[in-house]
Amino acid sequence: MSNVGGSVARWRTVDIVVAAVLAVAFGVVFQVANGLWSVTEGAFKFFPPAQAVLYGLWILPAVLAPMIVRKAGAALFTETLASAVSVLLGSPYGAIVIVQGAVEGLGAELGIAAGGYRRFGIGVALLSGALGGAAATTWDVFYSYASWSVSWKLGYIACAAVACAVVAGLGALLLTKALAQTGVLDRFPSGRERASV
Amino acid sequence: MLTLAPLAAPSGWLSRRNPAAKLGVVAVISLAAVSTTDPLTPAILLAAELLALPFCGIRIGAFLRRSRLLLLAALSVTLVNAVFADGGGDVVLQVGPLRLTDAALFTGAALGLRVLAVAVPGVLVFATTDPTDLADSLVQQLRAPARFAIGSLAAFRMLPLLSAEWRMIAMARRARGVDAGFDPVARIRLFTSTMFALLVGAIRRGTRLATAMDARGFDARTPRTIARPQRMRPVDWVMLTAAVLVAAGAVAISVALGVFRGIF
Amino acid sequence: MASVELRGFSWRHAGRKAPAVRDVDLRIGSGERVLLLGPSGSGKSTLLGALAGLLPEDSGEQSGEILVDGIDARKARERTGIVFQDPQSQLVMVRSGDDVAFGLENRGFPAGDLWARVDTALDSVGFGYGRARETTALSGGEQQRLALAGVLALRPSLLLLDEPTANLDPEGAGQVRDALRSVLAASESTMVMVEHRVADVVGLVDRVVVLAEDGGLLADGPPGKVFAEHGEELTRQGVWVPGAEPVAVRHAGGPPGAELVRTEDLGLTHPGAETASLSGVDLAVGAGELVAVLGANGSGKSTLALMLGGLLRPTSGRVILAGGAASPHKWRAPRLARTVGSVFQNPEQQFVASNVRDELALGPRRIGMPAGEADRVVGELLERLRLSALAEANPYTLSGGQARRLSVATALATAPGLLVFDEPTFGQDRRTWAELVDLIGTLRDEGRGIVAVTHDRDFTAVLADRSVTIHKGRIAC
Repeated sequence: MSNVGGSVARWRTVDIVVAAVLAVAFGVVFQVANGLWSVTEGAFKFFPPAQAVLYGLWILPAVLAPMIVRKAGAALFTETLASAVSVLLGSPYGAIVIVQGAVEGLGAELGIAAGGYRRFGIGVALLSGALGGAAATTWDVFYSYASWSVSWKLGYIACAAVACAVVAGLGALLLTKALAQTGVLDRFPSGRERASV
Repeated sequence: MLTLAPLAAPSGWLSRRNPAAKLGVVAVISLAAVSTTDPLTPAILLAAELLALPFCGIRIGAFLRRSRLLLLAALSVTLVNAVFADGGGDVVLQVGPLRLTDAALFTGAALGLRVLAVAVPGVLVFATTDPTDLADSLVQQLRAPARFAIGSLAAFRMLPLLSAEWRMIAMARRARGVDAGFDPVARIRLFTSTMFALLVGAIRRGTRLATAMDARGFDARTPRTIARPQRMRPVDWVMLTAAVLVAAGAVAISVALGVFRGIF
Repeated sequence: MASVELRGFSWRHAGRKAPAVRDVDLRIGSGERVLLLGPSGSGKSTLLGALAGLLPEDSGEQSGEILVDGIDARKARERTGIVFQDPQSQLVMVRSGDDVAFGLENRGFPAGDLWARVDTALDSVGFGYGRARETTALSGGEQQRLALAGVLALRPSLLLLDEPTANLDPEGAGQVRDALRSVLAASESTMVMVEHRVADVVGLVDRVVVLAEDGGLLADGPPGKVFAEHGEELTRQGVWVPGAEPVAVRHAGGPPGAELVRTEDLGLTHPGAETASLSGVDLAVGAGELVAVLGANGSGKSTLALMLGGLLRPTSGRVILAGGAASPHKWRAPRLARTVGSVFQNPEQQFVASNVRDELALGPRRIGMPAGEADRVVGELLERLRLSALAEANPYTLSGGQARRLSVATALATAPGLLVFDEPTFGQDRRTWAELVDLIGTLRDEGRGIVAVTHDRDFTAVLADRSVTIHKGRIAC
């Protein structure tokens, strides 16, 4: 493993800016996805288990950022900023979304930390996605769905954990590999694992 | 192209308040609202917020437009809790397997009100706060690391560009003969493909921007000058104190009336 | 003010097999104004990046030395300032004044004097707005001048410019050159500039250095001498040598054939906008003719290109393609791809696949071509556009010229009769430019109809059979 980018705790400018740009890009992605789903949103909002699956896209930046920049705190930073961007783009829920974003980021961060910030393979990716999804729905359960039964709440969280492990976790891993092939990740250790051109 | 400037005019009362103080107001009110599942506390908070609304200097039209979505969200929270609630109470309505009890409706309404009470100040703060001022205030008042705050601001500056880029990428795919129709799998593939192209462009630009920022000394270890001082003025402290009083007052009233239902 | 010295300097980017810059020995004295030339891929941008001290040690391998004022370039960063090609990836802050202040803030410049310095810098580039102007509301030329101001505010003794006008329309490019002229007249900084359009900047420099393709320098001396001695070689390499023979004009052999597209009172008004982006446009293009669409940035010509390509819905009037088929914005994409091909200004926006061959095969597959025929088409295009060696490469790793050829090839793969180009020669060196002109001319001569939205006056002079100017959304007569 090369030492490109230096220690895991010291962020270079390019690490900060790219992690931030990912957050902003996903802010745009969320807005488009919201637009696409708004027709069915009524139905989905009314059937929360389906929302558990949709969380996959929302947790994706939280796993993708650390997989690309490989710095401590990337999951937390990018997800929180992405939520802030969606508030600035007019999310109706207001600033509380940022707190939820921070909670989601923290969950994903724990998954990455479990790999010691040295392993960024499939296991860490799945764990990070799962914990991010679990964090998101745990928040929901406390904040929005407090009246449900315990078994409902646990089922909801479990659904999201599985869905996010796949969409956010595996998805982030595949995306990182594909991005590395394009050469845009050459400043990062995640990009150095492709063959010389 | 969408503008990066906040929704409200910069001369409005709320727009001129210190951003960290405004965040404090949102935090304090949210804390009070989140601490309970009774409907009275959020109702009182919401009433106080609506009373303060005329002083904020926000364009009513834009606010109402955003509120429409918010009301829908609050309503859905209310219903989802009411319909899927667990526990007893007298049945008010029965449709097939779904039962609506009065206790569930009560809790649902409380949670819906809470969504509103928390969201309104949040929306107002972001509608009246300039992003640069917010970043400066986070650094100066709340001691956030300057490199992260400014780095975020630099990325945020690219938001209109990335938004336009999405549309171009989508059109480019159509020009190539790629579209999705109604097939959900095809739609997801197209969405993912468009998202990928956006990410490549975004990362490329971000990398170049980071180099340009370093060229202008961003990675120097010297302490940054504060070119745009953000200060906490007496009126900011008054606003914050008022928020604390309102929040504490709402909780106190609920407790006094025996309605308070702590979440712990 | 700063002096520069390179001794046997070479740099190889990590992940590449060949060095970007090889064996450069160069000395630049204090106050000299140098134009750096060389064919694409000779490492000009890398060299400027190295002079600016911006090549991190972990991103490649260096040999030899590169010194600014006798100090290693990486340690001499406060003395250099660099302006890059793309303003959008250089500007940092939302408000113009804040962006100029950015560099000063980073270096710990005293707060009391900071804003005066910002105002001086803005004046020196002729910036026409106040400090509060949003950077996203600036034109390309204004943005580049702002970027220049931001660099000048730090009073660098070595000023570096990496193709500062390449992404700009002629008007913006002129503004930047004027700003540069007045800045250079008022200061003694040493300057090194990379620029394709040599004729426009030769008055700003007193020395020309040409990098050789295989390492070292090809030429070094005053402009007149270098161009006299090496003019032909330079032209062959793709440099726009002033006074070189212009490319021969190449117009259509005969009158246009069948009508391929017609617009009737075409217009577009964005929702909520007060004025129309485009209105009352009547245009027709036939087979075997090339129509150039000219106009300033923001005039509506790109909007017109998108509507001709069936990608934007008009709010008034209509677009009719070959055979009377109307309203292409409603069509399914495969049908659209078979009728009209659109080539965007930024080729990367159109890439979908993970290698060049699949990229070319995508269109034919989508329109239902049988596999054997599709393979044949792909093979032909790879040959014709000299992409065979790159067939397995990831499209995003292609150079600018290669990417552009690929994007033209993908548009041709579905064999449309009409082609719509948006700025096809944008930012190209002379060699790629000549190739593209030849290619597009041949496409026209083979019987296609071509619409080219362009700023490029040379392109228009050489190829256009007709030109149409859009001014503020309407066709100007």
